[in-house]
Amino acid sequence: MTTTPDRVYLDHAATTAMRPEAVEVMHAELLRTGNPSSLHEAGRRARRVVEESRELIAERLGARPSEVVFCSGGTEANNLAIKGLYWSRRSEDPRRDRVVFSSIEHHALLDPVTWLAAHEGARIDVTPVDRQGRVRLDSLRESIEETPGDVTAITTMWANNEMGTIQPVREVVEIAREHGIPVHSDAVQAAGYLPLDFAATGLDAMTVTGHKLGGPVGIGALVIRREVTATPLLHGGGQERDLRSGTVGTALIAGFATALDLTIQEQERSSVRIEALRARLVEGITRLIPDAVVNGDPETGPQHRLPNIAHVTFPGCEGDALLMLLDAQGVEVSTGSACQAGVPQPSHVLLAMGFDDAAARGSLRFSLGHTSTEADVDRLLEVLPAVHERARSAGLVRSRGR
Amino acid sequence: MRLIAAMSGGVDSAVAAARAVEAGHDVTGVHLALSRNPKSYRSGARGCCSIEDAGDARRAADAIGIPFFVWDMSDEFADEVVDDFIAEYTAGRTPNPCLRCNEKIKFAAVLDRAVALGFDGVVTGHYARLVTTAGAAGEVVELHRAVDHGKDQSYVLGVLTQDQLRRSVFPLGDDPKTLVREEAARRGLQVANKPDSHDICFIADGDNAGWLADKLGPQPGPIVDETGAEVGAHDGAYAYTIGQRRGLRLGVPAEDGKPRFVLDIEPVTRTVTVGPREHLAVGSIEGIKPLWCAEPPTETLECTVQLRAHGDEHRATVAVDGDTVRVELFDPAMGIAPGQACVIYDGTRVVGSATIASTRRVVPA
Repeated sequence: MTTTPDRVYLDHAATTAMRPEAVEVMHAELLRTGNPSSLHEAGRRARRVVEESRELIAERLGARPSEVVFCSGGTEANNLAIKGLYWSRRSEDPRRDRVVFSSIEHHALLDPVTWLAAHEGARIDVTPVDRQGRVRLDSLRESIEETPGDVTAITTMWANNEMGTIQPVREVVEIAREHGIPVHSDAVQAAGYLPLDFAATGLDAMTVTGHKLGGPVGIGALVIRREVTATPLLHGGGQERDLRSGTVGTALIAGFATALDLTIQEQERSSVRIEALRARLVEGITRLIPDAVVNGDPETGPQHRLPNIAHVTFPGCEGDALLMLLDAQGVEVSTGSACQAGVPQPSHVLLAMGFDDAAARGSLRFSLGHTSTEADVDRLLEVLPAVHERARSAGLVRSRGR
Repeated sequence: MRLIAAMSGGVDSAVAAARAVEAGHDVTGVHLALSRNPKSYRSGARGCCSIEDAGDARRAADAIGIPFFVWDMSDEFADEVVDDFIAEYTAGRTPNPCLRCNEKIKFAAVLDRAVALGFDGVVTGHYARLVTTAGAAGEVVELHRAVDHGKDQSYVLGVLTQDQLRRSVFPLGDDPKTLVREEAARRGLQVANKPDSHDICFIADGDNAGWLADKLGPQPGPIVDETGAEVGAHDGAYAYTIGQRRGLRLGVPAEDGKPRFVLDIEPVTRTVTVGPREHLAVGSIEGIKPLWCAEPPTETLECTVQLRAHGDEHRATVAVDGDTVRVELFDPAMGIAPGQACVIYDGTRVVGSATIASTRRVVPA
């Protein structure tokens, strides 16, 4: 997935290139045998790798090792967090049936929450966001304080995957704390691009995943405080604090830990470098396409926006036409929105931010990562004007046909 | 050429795309999403609208090694094909939505978009042949029947004009279907043994009458014989097609005891007229909204016409009078339904088509 001479990869928020060190560690580990739950030497050896990885990840994320629960990735961690908290909090007190989440959450939270409403009698409270895509704390406070006793959990992502807008997670925790409500945050996009300190935020649970920070796909973790009980999704051998049964994947975990360790150690330096690349990209796009609109928070930094994401609306164009034409020119980007059966849908995030349907469909997400270079950005800027002109004329054909 | 391959998820369009690549074209696969709500996609694998079909098309494109995208044409399809289908049945006619889709979607909305995006044309898995000949005013692209007459789809392409034909590529017209399937298997395409689709893609179970009843609600009316005597009742004239015999549930038997057929549908009074088979015989046809593959004929044409999909060819003369096409059949044809297309052939070549507006029956003395 890395940038090769004739391809430019600008979709690191979807997944990013694996770090060679992680590949190396995994390769070595895959050649060894051992189930970390076994009692013999092979098991003990594997367990040592798993536990050392857990300790390393915990240290880098500001958590205790026992708070790191390995699972298959972001989707599973989010499902475990929101369903697990819903079920356990509800069984503690049947009056609790409300889930409070923000309108810009990833489908990996939106869909389980919708499922809880459809099948488990949950009531959903959606917190609105402002034009930059940031959760409105006044609305959240109002919603909670109306009837704080019936809330099972609050979830607010750390940084949005389409816009890069960073959410006021600490403030959300403060609002919740007054009422003893657990707070979960999906930090899949934030990890590696912002300093994360689980303990300092006061969060109860947090999702991270390997493949967004140079580790393998198929491994992630729910960081969850010892004191918080969640009902497991998977029942079986009782691995991972009984929260996530299933044979523990030693090689995946070793690769995840190596990648996370390196990424977080380099985070400060690489964020500066990536932000400079993003500035070059945004400056170029707005210079070449004067009516392009860069969305989200214009400022970078831990209170504002991720350094690696640029979300741009191209009026009169369809995002999927731009994507196809850029792909044909060797530049790989995303519309940032979810697909249903491959059909691009206007992003619920953009609609929540107040975009109209056309603007929501006419946008692209450019996301940079650890392998991105100035040459990548320059190649995009080289092909973009012609691509844009084509997409605009196709957009006109389409709207005339309607 | 830079081509869009319209890939339904079936074997034909997959092989067509593969052949276009092999012929040296720069091909991008496109699956058309035609249903407005993707979650309502039918689950069967016999149409062209299911999630499985989109997945099959993607898998085929990956195997061929071409880029693949899904284009959302659901609004256009709803407006141009589905609404038209309902309106035509409401008016007592029998539309052919596949033809309409070719005219308005595949070789119009899709082609226009492709051209705007810098493509030269569209390649599809239709069984038909294109032949380029030298005409008086330069080259002309002719549309011909496929070699495999059993699979021939020139009828549903009879709505294409010269501009559209010039931008079309049909790589399958020279081969029988069995060969295409073998080739798919040889190329390692997983769709090699996928069953053919026959039904209307947006009607999940093939029950057109039931689907229309859902959309239009009950519209009861009488079934009468040719004397006007009521012989039965129906819940909606839209459930009937000229020439239909089954499902009439007539309460009064015919005097001669012979089966009766739908002869006429009158939408305003919701009257369905039935009568004996001989009375279905049609001698002449008036067609409207003609579309010509090249120049319209300037004098009366002695030719053949096909009056329904997979129907027989009938010898006829065709005279064009502005936007009206008058067809005189040499021998009567049975059960010709207004709304269907009359596609005009000169040998294997498609001359053009018109929508059947009215027919004149030949009632035997």
